[in-house]
Amino acid sequence: MSVKLRYFAWVRERIGKPEEIVEVPPGIATVADLMAWLASRGEEYAHAFTNAKVIRAAIDQRHVQSDAAIKGAGEIAFFPPMTGG
Amino acid sequence: MKATVRLQREPFDVAVEAAELTRANKDIGALVTFTGICRSTENDQPIAALTLEHYPGMAESEIERHVAEAIERWPLLGVTVIHRYGRIMPGEDIVLVVTGSSHRQAAFAAAEFLMDYLKTRAPFWKQVEKAGGKSWVDAKAIDETATERWSTPRRGREAAG
Repeated sequence: MSVKLRYFAWVRERIGKPEEIVEVPPGIATVADLMAWLASRGEEYAHAFTNAKVIRAAIDQRHVQSDAAIKGAGEIAFFPPMTGG
Repeated sequence: MKATVRLQREPFDVAVEAAELTRANKDIGALVTFTGICRSTENDQPIAALTLEHYPGMAESEIERHVAEAIERWPLLGVTVIHRYGRIMPGEDIVLVVTGSSHRQAAFAAAEFLMDYLKTRAPFWKQVEKAGGKSWVDAKAIDETATERWSTPRRGREAAG
């Protein structure tokens, strides 16, 4: 499955790009699976996802937990805890 | 019921925004305005500027969802939320929440609710520029606690005042 990934704040800085389209291999079912797979793609990804527990995710611009299924997702975003307001 | 959500790079005028809400509904007897401002120091070190990054599209829809929830929970007669992004200098405004209601309790509660959610759920990230370089602001546990107090299930409208 092909999906658009978007990165923000220090996740974006560590990976070195704001977005990309990736071909997700079969067997990657949840957001947590996706983070683990991304972390294996290279040093910059490993650095970004070192402490995957703190990273938040959104599927199609809605907050999700790390056990959320990614099937059918058009856009998945990864970012640090938010600091707006 | 006038509800406005705006994301913008430019500064906003608190007085203009407040007047617009009260003009739109003469039953507003209580108006609360909250303004979040860029401080000049962080941990006793001077700040040169703050840069706010956001997730376009999701930031608007998250704020709109929370405004809709506030309207559901309190008898509001008007709401305005403006959040700036981009580079902001110390002393400049960052965020504005205006809530109008017949009486003060609902206006106060809804403004606090919206600010607590903006802090922890709206996809914005602050980067601070100091003499030593740039760094991302860490999320504070106290903000998370403040947000959680609103998630207790409640029935019907509250603090009707």
